Amino acid sequence: MVCSLIACNGGDNTTPGKMAGNASGGDKTLLGAGSTFVYPLFSKQFSEYNKLTGIKVNYQSIGSGGGILQLTNKTVDFGDSDAPLNEEQTQKIGVPVLHIPMCSGAVVLSYNLPTVKDTLKLTPDVIANIFLGKIKAWNDPQITSVNAGVQLPNTPIVVTHRSDGSGTTNIFTTYLAKVNTTWNTKPGKGSSINWPIGLGGKGNEGVAGLIKQTPGAIGYIELAYAIQNKMAFAKVQNKGGNFITPSVASTIAAGNIPLPADAKVSLTNTDAADGYPISGFTWALIYKEQSYNNRAQDRATNLVKLLWWNIHEGQQYCEGLHYAPLSTSAVSVAEAILKSATYNGKPILQ
Amino acid sequence: MEIVRKVLPKKVTFSYKKARLETAFKRTLLITALLMLMIAVGVFFTLVIHSIPSFRALGVNFFWSKTWDPVSNVYGALPFLLGTLITSFLALIISIPFSYAIAIYLGEYNTKGWLSGLLKNIVELVAAVPSVIYGFWALVVLVPLVRSLESKIGVAPYGVGIFTASLVLAIMIIPYAASLGRELIRMVPSALKEGAYSLGATRYEVLRHVVLPYTKSGLLAGLLLSLGRALGETMAVTMVIGNTSLLPDSIFAPGNTMASVIANEFTEADRTLYLSALIELGLVLFLVTLVINVVGKMIIKRFSNE
Repeated sequence: MVCSLIACNGGDNTTPGKMAGNASGGDKTLLGAGSTFVYPLFSKQFSEYNKLTGIKVNYQSIGSGGGILQLTNKTVDFGDSDAPLNEEQTQKIGVPVLHIPMCSGAVVLSYNLPTVKDTLKLTPDVIANIFLGKIKAWNDPQITSVNAGVQLPNTPIVVTHRSDGSGTTNIFTTYLAKVNTTWNTKPGKGSSINWPIGLGGKGNEGVAGLIKQTPGAIGYIELAYAIQNKMAFAKVQNKGGNFITPSVASTIAAGNIPLPADAKVSLTNTDAADGYPISGFTWALIYKEQSYNNRAQDRATNLVKLLWWNIHEGQQYCEGLHYAPLSTSAVSVAEAILKSATYNGKPILQ
Repeated sequence: MEIVRKVLPKKVTFSYKKARLETAFKRTLLITALLMLMIAVGVFFTLVIHSIPSFRALGVNFFWSKTWDPVSNVYGALPFLLGTLITSFLALIISIPFSYAIAIYLGEYNTKGWLSGLLKNIVELVAAVPSVIYGFWALVVLVPLVRSLESKIGVAPYGVGIFTASLVLAIMIIPYAASLGRELIRMVPSALKEGAYSLGATRYEVLRHVVLPYTKSGLLAGLLLSLGRALGETMAVTMVIGNTSLLPDSIFAPGNTMASVIANEFTEADRTLYLSALIELGLVLFLVTLVINVVGKMIIKRFSNE
């Protein structure tokens, strides 16, 4: 009886790619999974692409980690992650994976201080010390010295962070690890870390909810969330010493740096003079060699063409949804990466 | 002779069909029951097999280590174990007066009538509401209330925390003990109660000395049911408990439970050890529930033997 239950997992078990192909109704429906951060943009882009070409894309926003896992198991055509593959994941996949930047986004520091009407200015050390628990009240001299002329109340600071693993946390903690040596030692950077202090909220909406409800709260959320919920967020001092207001423009500026050939770069603490320092790319992930598990060539071509459209015509939908489109240098790097995708050794795009 | 012939039933032939039907029916029942057993055992073994990497790397320290650090790959279950136990037992203690009051009122004082029917249906409706809705309601209504309470007392006014989570859990688990208790109290034989009344006992004395001792083991079973629900509750708790991986230092501090951590971090666990540690946490939750059920049943057995 147990054997019959195991055997029930029938069908073509050795070629999950084929199973995915059969499940998705042929090569005109592509499957993707991964980051929740990019989901609103993908949703818009894929629906427009469907109107243009008739190709349907089914994207499940289960989180960057989940997307990478599904790509490793070859149950999806592409994944999407806010952080490049780490060593363990690269080793597990075994074969080269292309990282194609899709867009970038900013992580803002939002706070709840109803009596403060001006926009707060924060320096990297102040942010790190707040999140380490070393600065406990809003009128601490470290904060007031940076915000001359602003009347800060004696309210205790309530730190909020993400309770679930997230690419937003990854961008934020990578930034803190770069600008503050104490943070780099402990707790370090990652999608999920051991926060020294603070309340956890689930998802961007959870953190935004906590900030809005708790007087004196501060937390990190995506720019789109802060704008749509009309929340106050701080100007952050970047590497060049300028206090930058987070916006689509300053995020584009942050990404306007020379990218390495594999596009695996963190935009945090950018060198660009007017770039917002807490930003990051999100990458679409595909196998470099597309003829795995009896995949059809049409399917591979459709996939690469979809991603090509995403980095060109698809970029027009970014700004409306508060994402930063790719800079021209980023687009040319992405084009080169996409052109290196092969099917049976031959490049797919001519 | 004729009387005997009239009383005896008609001649019964041995029917193979009926015998086969009977055996087949019994076998189907047995297989269905065994299927449940196999699923439970299967779940246990899956949990054990997938926690082996974590057990090998972290050892027994997992159970009492306080740090949960995905960056340095060091995991310890103590804050979550404590969080689960504290919230569940606190919720149980808060819910006891309410469940028993409802059970006694509906079972003894007001068993029939429109008010009784209405109350009974509403209590059952409270159990049927999905837990996510309780989570939202708690976040929007309960958290500001607790926050104003905390500012009055002088504690850090988070609003979220162990206390709020226990309150929400208490509300969610009241119907289980209440419904079971109500049924049992109604089933107390009237002969016993009437005997006590005829000796001059008041309603309260009948309740205290006849009804409650009679239903003691059943009422405890209801409590065990409530506790089981509280231990496993995930969504409502994760929205209001504050999600901090530190040991709570007071009842108003934020904390975390095992179910809540697993739900939050499972999808983004990007390393084998991390995933394995989460599954081991699930195994711990499984074992805690098992132990509490076994201990509870032993207590009930002791009470019903007295």
